[in-house]
Amino acid sequence: MLRWASHSLLILLAVPILLGTLIAILPAFGYFPTLGGTEFSLDAWRELVQVPGIKRSIQISLLSGVLTPLIALALVFLYLASASGSKLDNWMRRLVSPLLSFPHAAAAFGLAFLIAPSGLLSRLISPGLSGWERPPDLLIINDTWGLTLLFGLIVKEVPFLLLMSLAALPQLQPSKHVELARSLGYRPTIGWLKVIAPNLYPLIRLPVAAVIVFASATVDVALILGPTLPPTLSVRVLAWFNDADLNFRFLAAAGAILQLGTSLLAITIWLCLEKLCAVLWRFWVATGDRGTGERLVFFSGRGAMPIVLLVITGSLVALLVNAFAGPWRYPSVLPSSWTFLHWTNNFQNLLTPLLNTLLISVGSTLSALVLVLATLESERQSGKLRATAMWLLYLPLLVPQIVFLFGFIVLTESMRWQGTMSLVIFGHFLFVLPYVFLSLSEAYRQLDPRWSQVASTLGASPFKSFWRIRIPLLLAPCLTAIAIGMAISISLFLPTQLLGAGRITTITSEAVALSSGASRNLIAVWAVVQLSLPMLGFLAALTVPRLLWRNRTGMREIR
Amino acid sequence: MEAPETHSFSIRFILLGILLQLTSPATAQSIDLSDWQSLERQARGETVYFNAWGGEPRTNNYLAWVSELMLERYDITLQHVKISDTAEAVSKVVAQRQAGNDDNGSIDLLWINGENFAALKENDLLYGPWAESLPNFKLVNADRFPEMLEDFTVPTQGFESPWTRAQLVFYYDSQWLAEPPQDIRQILEWSISNPGEFTYPRPPAFLGSTFLKQALIELSDRDPALYAPVSSAEFERLAQVLWEYLDALHPSLLRSGRYFPASAIDLRRLMGDGEISLAFAFNPNEALLSVRSGELPPSVRSYVLRNGTISNVSFLAIPYNASQKAGAMVTANFLLSIEAQARASDPDHMGSTPAISISDLDSNARRSFETITRDLAAPSAEDLDRKLQEPHPSWTPALERAWIQRYSAR
Repeated sequence: MLRWASHSLLILLAVPILLGTLIAILPAFGYFPTLGGTEFSLDAWRELVQVPGIKRSIQISLLSGVLTPLIALALVFLYLASASGSKLDNWMRRLVSPLLSFPHAAAAFGLAFLIAPSGLLSRLISPGLSGWERPPDLLIINDTWGLTLLFGLIVKEVPFLLLMSLAALPQLQPSKHVELARSLGYRPTIGWLKVIAPNLYPLIRLPVAAVIVFASATVDVALILGPTLPPTLSVRVLAWFNDADLNFRFLAAAGAILQLGTSLLAITIWLCLEKLCAVLWRFWVATGDRGTGERLVFFSGRGAMPIVLLVITGSLVALLVNAFAGPWRYPSVLPSSWTFLHWTNNFQNLLTPLLNTLLISVGSTLSALVLVLATLESERQSGKLRATAMWLLYLPLLVPQIVFLFGFIVLTESMRWQGTMSLVIFGHFLFVLPYVFLSLSEAYRQLDPRWSQVASTLGASPFKSFWRIRIPLLLAPCLTAIAIGMAISISLFLPTQLLGAGRITTITSEAVALSSGASRNLIAVWAVVQLSLPMLGFLAALTVPRLLWRNRTGMREIR
Repeated sequence: MEAPETHSFSIRFILLGILLQLTSPATAQSIDLSDWQSLERQARGETVYFNAWGGEPRTNNYLAWVSELMLERYDITLQHVKISDTAEAVSKVVAQRQAGNDDNGSIDLLWINGENFAALKENDLLYGPWAESLPNFKLVNADRFPEMLEDFTVPTQGFESPWTRAQLVFYYDSQWLAEPPQDIRQILEWSISNPGEFTYPRPPAFLGSTFLKQALIELSDRDPALYAPVSSAEFERLAQVLWEYLDALHPSLLRSGRYFPASAIDLRRLMGDGEISLAFAFNPNEALLSVRSGELPPSVRSYVLRNGTISNVSFLAIPYNASQKAGAMVTANFLLSIEAQARASDPDHMGSTPAISISDLDSNARRSFETITRDLAAPSAEDLDRKLQEPHPSWTPALERAWIQRYSAR
């Protein structure tokens, strides 16, 4: 039975996503029997070309799709080149997971409350430094070219790429290689960039591709920070999809396919950039230059990461202040009074979405965990370390969500399966699964096989040795995987919104829906709830093993 | 010998079909509007799905209070389905009609007016007439206030019952603006000499669309064509002036017109932050309420433009396929009661303008409406007498579409 696990894992991932993408193509060309479209036509595309500002929408999506990974990756590499082994590095290693669990929507709201003309930063320098008695008339949030959107995405993607790099680095033995480079007279940062970076990059290409797709097709962050006249392509597709007039579905489908094309184009541009960088790098390495630019790399690498940290911390503070703020006139730095009213007034409204959020995240994460454990265990018992096709695992991150979810909904609607809890849980499962697998596989594969061998020698069945030996030994990594899986599920917006047909609401879907029509205080309350849920998960993952093994010194050492 | 048999069989079949068709709506719910007491009895135990715009927490809290009382007094479970745009509910009814769902619709009561009412009524998708049979309908005194029988120029004919009034009211921060502009043209002049002090929600947000209509009415000197169904020739002719006006206005708006707030609440927030010094709302008491809650500074004052501003009535309608019509009517009747209207107009709660005629009430009942003490932030009663009628409902979507086409990608 276990043998089927790895197959079903890949089938469960690949089929809905590939099928969904294929099905989205049909209505884009006029075929949508439930809406009376039984003949293929190009009407939707003709309409799409006529949509005002469609060119700009595509340009913005492309811009953030290419610049986000470029800048985020540059920051991560400069940081790793300059800070490896430093105190800052120790700090970052501990902070990177919690940073990653900060949901996109909450982070975007926090950033907006921080850098808006009437935001916390502007209040901090007013009127003293800036002389502003009133907020300056600056187009920062929702700016025409999506620069704030780009900034928000970079701040969110830096921790992701950093975590992926930190996970891949050990196999490259960076300190040894940098030492070697130093012995040849290279400054350490230059040595790192010339020796380690070219070897590290291929190992994180898939995560980088995921960043490209996410940045070019994000909906929730773009709804909050992105331009509005016109919005990004993905936001427009969602609006057409949700339009009361069902005939807009054809336009939405064409838009979704256009989104797929845009993300692919962003990846193509990226591949060209890769080629260009490879040439430049080779040229740079061949110069044999050992120290030029060292100070620049050092200071930008060490400086940029604390700035990212500060921005995230500032966003968090901005959210907390707003969630408890009474009247708060500009340019006062802090509110004139504090209040719990925003919480007590909304307690009732929070309950159902909160319960839904927990149900969906627990349901999707546990089912993902079972499947991942079964896959890993079958891999171990068969004795073959099958290199599970990594790109397949990344599939949910490599196809823009709005594209395959669109087709998936068309499929489920035709089966009269829509707006149900099970469908939403399944949708979340698709996104949770890769993360649970990635976070658990390394620990599972590296656990000393002799523990199970001893158990078998003592007559335990494989099943018993799995339950009694491997699971307790792997409790901490399993809990971490659960915490990560739940954090991913909690932060998801589009799968809830689309598969739940607007009837199933979570903290995230409600918070994003508030972005256009609620007071800052109310938004802050929802965002604080949204970001504290994953934090609680990580806290539990840390404390439960300690509590459980408080009488087992040996168990506490196992990581 | 065989022929008559099959013949009679098919006739019987058709008769059965007709009979079923005739009886099915009747058995679903036969309603006798003349006997209110039995109607209230019939409504007991019903769950009424009330689809109402959920964008304003104050309104939502008021409806939560109504729900409590409905359960307590009438044994009706009132569910407020919060929608962001009434057009959603309209298309839901249309979709249900297409799917053949003629007696088990998901909407029992709908907060509606203007183009949405017109669309449903035109397509025979409303139940009625029922509104004028409500015991509390006499409280609105429709003889004195004919606007209670007309929705954006379309006669209501008993297909919807009034529940609150709205009027476009401007408000300004007296700390930054001493003498606010008094008409639409003055707003342009003032905005050009004070750039960045004004903006409006981007259509099709209803408050933004209302601003477009207000400007169009004033700029065209209340052209009678606005009160008839829109034709493309009339639209071209009248809207031209509006586009010229907006083209001149936009560069002077907040963010040079490259950004528009998404909603009425967004607009209020910009005012609260001191980003703009002139804004507007559809609830005449908006400024008063927001000053009390601390969202707006105490220096905010309200007024009505000198040529008057658009005012309208919010109504309640029952879709033709509503499954709980009796419960919906009992709810609509309660919302028109003195008690519910007084609570709705109380600035500590919803703070809206009552639909019923206060001056017709006896002195005792009138007292419950006089809790609004004169407040600096509220518009004066004389101001509120300057009302403009809404244009014909067909103008709204036409204006919204054209605005999006012109300004959403500049």
